[in-house]
Amino acid sequence: MIDCKNINKVYKNEVETWALRGVSFSIDEGEFVAIIGPSGSGKSTLMHILGCLDTPTSGQYFLEGREISKLSEDELAEIRKKKVGFVFQMYNLLPRATVFKNVELPLIYEGLPKKEREERVKAALRNSAFPDEFWFYLSNQLSGGMQQRVAIARALVNNPKLILADEPTGNLDSKTGDVVLKTLIDLNKRGHTLIIVTHELYIARYAKRIIALRDGQIVEDAPREKAKSLKLIKE
Amino acid sequence: MKIEDLLNEAIFAVSANKVRSGLTILGIVIGIASVIAMISIGQGAKSEIVHSIQSLGSNVLTVIPGGARIGAVFMGRGTAQILKEDDVKVLKTIGGVVDVVPIVQRTLQIVAPNGNNTRTSIIGATPELFAVREISIEKGSIFSEEQVRNISRVAVLGKNIANDLFGEENPVGKTVRISGINFKVIGVAAPKGGVMGMVADDLVFAPFTTMQKVLAKSDYLNLILIKGEKKELLPQIQQQAILLLAEKHRVDPQNPDFTIISQEDILSTLTQVTTIFTIFLGAVASISLIVGGIGIMNMMLTSVTERTREIGLRKAIGAKNREILAQILTESVLLTFLGGAVGIFIGWLISLGISKFAQISTQVSLPSVILAFGVCTAIGIFFGWWPAKKAAGLSPIEALRYE
Repeated sequence: MIDCKNINKVYKNEVETWALRGVSFSIDEGEFVAIIGPSGSGKSTLMHILGCLDTPTSGQYFLEGREISKLSEDELAEIRKKKVGFVFQMYNLLPRATVFKNVELPLIYEGLPKKEREERVKAALRNSAFPDEFWFYLSNQLSGGMQQRVAIARALVNNPKLILADEPTGNLDSKTGDVVLKTLIDLNKRGHTLIIVTHELYIARYAKRIIALRDGQIVEDAPREKAKSLKLIKE
Repeated sequence: MKIEDLLNEAIFAVSANKVRSGLTILGIVIGIASVIAMISIGQGAKSEIVHSIQSLGSNVLTVIPGGARIGAVFMGRGTAQILKEDDVKVLKTIGGVVDVVPIVQRTLQIVAPNGNNTRTSIIGATPELFAVREISIEKGSIFSEEQVRNISRVAVLGKNIANDLFGEENPVGKTVRISGINFKVIGVAAPKGGVMGMVADDLVFAPFTTMQKVLAKSDYLNLILIKGEKKELLPQIQQQAILLLAEKHRVDPQNPDFTIISQEDILSTLTQVTTIFTIFLGAVASISLIVGGIGIMNMMLTSVTERTREIGLRKAIGAKNREILAQILTESVLLTFLGGAVGIFIGWLISLGISKFAQISTQVSLPSVILAFGVCTAIGIFFGWWPAKKAAGLSPIEALRYE
């Protein structure tokens, strides 16, 4: 489903910064991958490229067979709308809007009829195990864990093939973090391809495959059981 | 993105900070209200002028003698003594002419038996004057052809003059003294209103022969009115009248010693003046509208900056640049539209107040309301464009990281 070939990303300010150097890998549909690495390793840049928020400086990125590194901003937006669901560390909900409206937001840009929207919002909220009684609360009245589950429902509402989570538990205590993580894992079990970008290794331990980055390069790409990166830090 | 959603999102965003939106709208409210009120004054003046010109009768041409010269001194148009009763007869032969009315006009002192007196214009004319000028009679009657032939000393008073001289009393049958000569009051004209020099309410009417022989002691006419059958015939009548009168006066028709003007001429000159007046008032008031527009731009810029992360998120979940642009523009147009609606209402109240308390006639016309809404939309788009462009151009990655 995802196929990256020799991806480079260079930021040109006063000095050239190579955020990614020759990154190549592929991910099949239904996989659960954790991209790990210390800050500055290029994992956020990689996530932006995988999520079609950004394009590589050179190299090719195929998403479901489509080369997207040369697409225009509008074409990228169209792909994000149809194929990608994002979960951010900061939740990024509209604070004065209800839970329902927050989840509905992507469908507004889709231009779906009201009835179909409601059905899909309800389904997404149930799939992310969000309790019914809070549906019409304003999102800023909810706890962090609840807010993150609203964000997951929002990522789900378009039925995307790919769910990208950027430090989804970063702002949560470990108990609520586990609940959020469990919700994401459930989605993966239901067939969504899940990529979690994190520097917290305990999260990576739930993944089936680990891609470790350092200084913009892949230092390890292995199934979880064989991943040295996890063991090294554990010891 | 559907129009309905675009509108819902804009309402949601604008109502998120009601106080700020309200204060920003206030700028537009004041701007639109003052434009509407100012234009209503201009329009009111215009319609009053049109009304009063039209009240002088329709399809009427006026023959005015040229200026007299004493040596090298030009005495002004209308002072030359050239028009005579014979001219009236000549003009009556033109096809399409319904009536020709000779007018002798003097400003004289008029005294009632009870001692009340005033100074006003006395119009000497034939009975057709009342039909041509569309003056109706409230009490008594107009003078007859016979009274004109007999040089009768009879007068019809304008409503204001009747009130000034006789108050609540009925003047018909009473005697007034004009320039020391007794005249019998035979009628009072119905009130007609108007703001121009020829307000029927302030005039006194008498047979023109009486004016010539008794009061003016001159055979010359001040004006001749020509009433045409219909509007379309007027230019033709005007042409022929110039030729006939020029021939009779033995002058060059290209440079005659008289002028013939139609009411359309007067009307177009005066409406031109009031249009300039209206534009001037409107222009002064629109300055406040521009200030209001800058207020909108200021608020939209602040709001876009505040909502950087939100805009980043919207883009991340698939909003296109033009959808963000449309959203921000809809917000600013919504603000100006709300301001416009309230402004039109307040402007209308102000114009009602002006006509009620300042006795200036005002008129809020539909075109000015439509124009106000148009201007509001334009201001919304104009002053919202930059903030909207700024929002649309945000990089989703940087916007999401924005603190």
